[in-house]
Amino acid sequence: MTIDGGSVTDMIKAMARALAENKEYLTELDSAIGDADHGINMDRGMKAVLSRLPSAEDEDIGSILKTVGMTLVSTVGGAAGPLYGTAFMRAGQAASGKTELNVGDVLVLLEAALKGIEDRGKATVGEKTMIDALQPAIEAYSDAVKGGMGLAEALSRAADAAGKGMEHTKDIIATKGRASYLGQRSIGHQDPGATSTFLILQAAAAVASSI
Amino acid sequence: MVGIVIVSHSRQLAEGLYELTAQLSQDRVRIIPAGGMEDGSIGTDAARIAGAIHEAQSGDGVLLIADLGSAVLSSDMAIEMLDEQIGKAMIADAPFVEGGVAAAVEASLGSSLEKVKEAAQAARELKKIL
Repeated sequence: MTIDGGSVTDMIKAMARALAENKEYLTELDSAIGDADHGINMDRGMKAVLSRLPSAEDEDIGSILKTVGMTLVSTVGGAAGPLYGTAFMRAGQAASGKTELNVGDVLVLLEAALKGIEDRGKATVGEKTMIDALQPAIEAYSDAVKGGMGLAEALSRAADAAGKGMEHTKDIIATKGRASYLGQRSIGHQDPGATSTFLILQAAAAVASSI
Repeated sequence: MVGIVIVSHSRQLAEGLYELTAQLSQDRVRIIPAGGMEDGSIGTDAARIAGAIHEAQSGDGVLLIADLGSAVLSSDMAIEMLDEQIGKAMIADAPFVEGGVAAAVEASLGSSLEKVKEAAQAARELKKIL
């Protein structure tokens, strides 16, 4: 199984839907340990992405992803803008010129996205950030590929692992971002960035399994 | 002469610091405020910041003074988006107001980008009450 530009576009639309549906929830999570704007910001960014997608639809996957990244950078407003923006732009570079992605291409793309977030946020796993959802997701994806699974199954394993990683952020003391001002008091709260990362991966996995 | 870009989540905060620094540097320094989002809402926008760096650049480099959190990430991203041919740009790890003022004064003396950045960062040690 491979995914083409149309499927990638469908995935991005599904991500936008998931973030719109969870706008209040993300903002609520962010109000506990941040500045209560993550849901609003992500929804605004993805709505802007949707308005630019039609023109990107027929291009290669690399340029679709770069368009998503560039749009998020200038429309999200909070730290998630440069973080997700860098992730999508790096993924776009990894997919540059490709009109189809196979199971291995997606791994390369996910790894490039993670590296982008790590570089931009100077964060690593265990700091109560989106990395705590994305890193285990990539590990699960990579294991699934090694086990001979197809793209849809591997992505669904990745989304499950992201969900577990997201849950685990409740037990972590924040050391990055606004939540780090709270120190010990950040325990018990789920990280909004890890939550949006889970929603994004879950949306992508759902589209892949419907192809 | 080194240019300065003021990055804030708030358009008014960036413009306020611009007002202050422009007066102190007697309008000799190219200072560009890049506050808020395109539509005026609170937030930072790497593309807007990149545009401001372009405007502030005269070839001697540009120093970015940023407020909190995503202002730094977006500034970092803006620098990465720029064509390196147009000259250097750096972010000061400095307090917003004091750092901005120190940078503007240092830049107006015709100092190098490194010196302007140093002056901004040294503003952290300024005592308000002796």
